[in-house]
Amino acid sequence: MKKSVFIGALAATMVVAGAGFAATLDDVKARGELLCGSSTGLTGFGTPDAAGNWTGFDVDLCRAIAAAVLGDATKVKFVPLTGETRFTALQSGEVDLLSRNSTWTMSRDTELALDFVAVNYYDGQGFMVKKDLGVSSAKELDGATICIQTGTTTELNLADFFKQNNISYQPVNVADDNEAQAQYVAGACDAYTTDASGLAASRATLPDAENHVILPEIISKEPLGPVVRHGDSNWGDIVRWTYYALLIAEEKGITSANVEEVASTSADEEVKRLLGVSGDMGVKIGLDNAAFKNAIAAVGNYGEIFARNIGEGTSINLARGLNALWTQGGLQYAPPFR
Amino acid sequence: MTMATAAPNTGFQLSMLIYDTRYRAISLQLFVLLLVIAAFWWLGSNLQANLEAKGRPLSFDFLWSRAGYDIGQTFIPYTNDSTHFRAMLVGLVNTLVLAVFGCLFATVIGVVVVPLYEMTPAPNAFKLTDEMIASGTEPAASMILGGTVAITNRGTYIPGFLFERGFSAGWMTTLAIFLVIGGSLAAHLTLNARARRVQEDTGVRPVTWWQSLLVLFVPLGLLLWALGFHLDIPQPPSRFNFEGGVVLQNPFVAMLVALSLYTGAFIAEIVRAGILAVSSGQTEAAYALGLRPNRTMNLVILPQALRVIIPPLISQFLNLTKNTSLGIAASYADLRGTLGGITLNQTGREVEAMLLMMLIYLSISLIISALMNVYNRSVQLKER
Repeated sequence: MKKSVFIGALAATMVVAGAGFAATLDDVKARGELLCGSSTGLTGFGTPDAAGNWTGFDVDLCRAIAAAVLGDATKVKFVPLTGETRFTALQSGEVDLLSRNSTWTMSRDTELALDFVAVNYYDGQGFMVKKDLGVSSAKELDGATICIQTGTTTELNLADFFKQNNISYQPVNVADDNEAQAQYVAGACDAYTTDASGLAASRATLPDAENHVILPEIISKEPLGPVVRHGDSNWGDIVRWTYYALLIAEEKGITSANVEEVASTSADEEVKRLLGVSGDMGVKIGLDNAAFKNAIAAVGNYGEIFARNIGEGTSINLARGLNALWTQGGLQYAPPFR
Repeated sequence: MTMATAAPNTGFQLSMLIYDTRYRAISLQLFVLLLVIAAFWWLGSNLQANLEAKGRPLSFDFLWSRAGYDIGQTFIPYTNDSTHFRAMLVGLVNTLVLAVFGCLFATVIGVVVVPLYEMTPAPNAFKLTDEMIASGTEPAASMILGGTVAITNRGTYIPGFLFERGFSAGWMTTLAIFLVIGGSLAAHLTLNARARRVQEDTGVRPVTWWQSLLVLFVPLGLLLWALGFHLDIPQPPSRFNFEGGVVLQNPFVAMLVALSLYTGAFIAEIVRAGILAVSSGQTEAAYALGLRPNRTMNLVILPQALRVIIPPLISQFLNLTKNTSLGIAASYADLRGTLGGITLNQTGREVEAMLLMMLIYLSISLIISALMNVYNRSVQLKER
C-alpha cells in the first residue's frame, strides 16, 4: 500500500515535470505573462530604470515575443540572472527564455540541453584598460591583473589567449558586470575583459569614459542570442521566427510607425505573409496570424531596436558592423518567410 | 495489588513494541528512520528520473576533464590545464585555510579585543573591510616597515625567504630548519628543567637567560648563514604588479578580516557571558584564599567558564566555516567559487556539483564539531 502511494506520487511528479518542460507556449498563455531571463543590469542591453521599467536591446526581444504570443508587449516579467545562475534558471523552468547576451557554444547547446535559436548580436571578446597605463595591445598585458565574470565563455577564452601567447595574468573573478566595473574602477584590476559590446556599455557608464580605452584585439567569436530549453521545438520556433520577423521587417523597410499602413497597402507577398494579411504563418506555430505584426508594432524592426538602445548616437555608440543586414555587408540574415 | 502490577512478562508480544516503554523508544526511532530512508529514496529516484528525462543522467566524469579556467589565489599547484577535480581541491584548501585562520583570529579577537564590529551585519562588515583595504587607487601604494612590506589595493606583499645555497630539494631545507628549531627548543626546555631542579634543591635559581638565548638563536643563525639566507623583498611594479615576495591577495585578506571581526564579536559576547555565569562567590572565595586576580581568573574562573563557553563556540566556528562560502563577494575562490561556481557553470553539472559540495561541507562541519566535542568533554565537570 505504502509502496504504491510512493510510486503514484513519483509518477505524478514526473508527469507534472514532464508537462512543465513540454509546452512552454501553453504555460505562457495560461500565465498571461512571459518570464524572460535577463541580465542583472547591462546598459543598453538590459537594465531596469529607477521605476523598474526594463529597457535594452535584449529586453526588446522579450517584449517582441510577448507581443507576438500574448498580444501585449508589457506582459513580460524580467528575471535578472547572473552569468552563474542563468542556465540553471532556464533548465529548471524558472524562465521561459533567456535573452541576456549569452554565447552560443557547442557544449551549451548539447551538454546543457539548451537550444540557441538565433544570433541577435555577433560579438567578440575584448579588453578595456585605463589610458594612462600606456597599453596598446592585449599582448602587452603580461603580468596584469584582469577582472573577469565567472561562468562565462570569456573566462575560458581569457585562459586560452594568455596561454597561446605565452604570457601570464592574475584573474579576479567577479559575479556580474556591475561588480566587475566597480573592481576595475577601484583599481583592483588593470584590465576588464568581456564581450566588446559589454565593454562599450560599461565604458559608457563610467564618469570618465575618455580615460579608458578598448584594446583593438578581439580574441574570440561570441555569437549572442536568445536561448530556450531543449526539447520544446515549437517554443524554439516561436522565439526564432519572432526574431527573424524583426530582421525581415528591417529588410523590407517595415517600422513600428508604418506597420499598419504597410499591412493594408503592400503588394509584396512575403510582407503580406509576415504581417498576417495572407496565409496562416502565425497559426502554424500556435499563434495569432497578426502575431508578427504585433511584435513589429510594439518594438519596431531589428534596426530600430539596435539604433534605439545601442546604436550610434546613444551613449553606448556601437556601429552596426557585423550586425548589419546581409544586404549591407553584415551577417544578419533571415531565412525566407514562406 | 503490588503483586499484580509487578507480574513478570510471560514472553515477547508484538504489541509491546508500542505499549512497552522498553521497546517503544527503539521502535519509534526505527519507524522514523524508515520514513527518512523512504523520503531520501523518493527524492533520489525522482531526481534520477527527471535527469534521465532531460537526457542528462547523473555522472561525475566531468571531474576528470580539463578545467580550462584560472584561479586567483591557490595554495596548491594549479594551472588551467588541471582537472576540475584539482580545481575542487584548490577551492577546498582555500576554504580550509580561510576557516582555520578565521577561527583562530576570531577567537583571539573575541577573547582579547573589544568587540569593534559588534552587531554589524555581515555584508556591512564586508563592505567596510573592502573599503578599508581598497583605499588608494593605484597598485603602487604604500610601503611600510622600511619599504619591505607593500600594502596595495590588490594585495599585501610581504618579504619571502630565499636561500642561496639550499639543499637540492626544497623540503630538505625546510626539514633542516625545523630540526634545528626543534633541537634548540628541546635544549632550552632541558635548561629550564635543570634550573627548576636546582631551585627546588637549593632555593636559588641559577641564571640561565643567556644560555637560553645562545641555544635558541645561535644554531638557527648559523644554519641560515650557511644556507645563504636573505629576504625576498617585494619590488615596486615595473609594469602592473609588485614582483617578488609573498602575496596575500586582498580577496583572502578581506575575507579573513571580515569573517574574524564578525565572528569575533559573537565570541566576545559568548566569553563575557561565560565569565559572568561563574558566581561572584567563586572570585570572593579565591581572593579570601589569597589568590591574585590573574591566578583567580586562570585557576578558578576560566575552567568553570569554559564549560559554558565551549558549546556555543562550536556553533560559531561552524558558522564561520560555512560563511567562507561568501567568498565570491570578495572574489575569493573557495570551494563554492570553484566547484560550486565556475566548474558548475562551465560543465553544467549542477546536481553533481551541489551533491559534492553538500557532502564536503557536511564532512567539514562534522569533523569540526567532533573535534570540539572532544575538547568540550575534556573541560566538562569530572564526576568522580
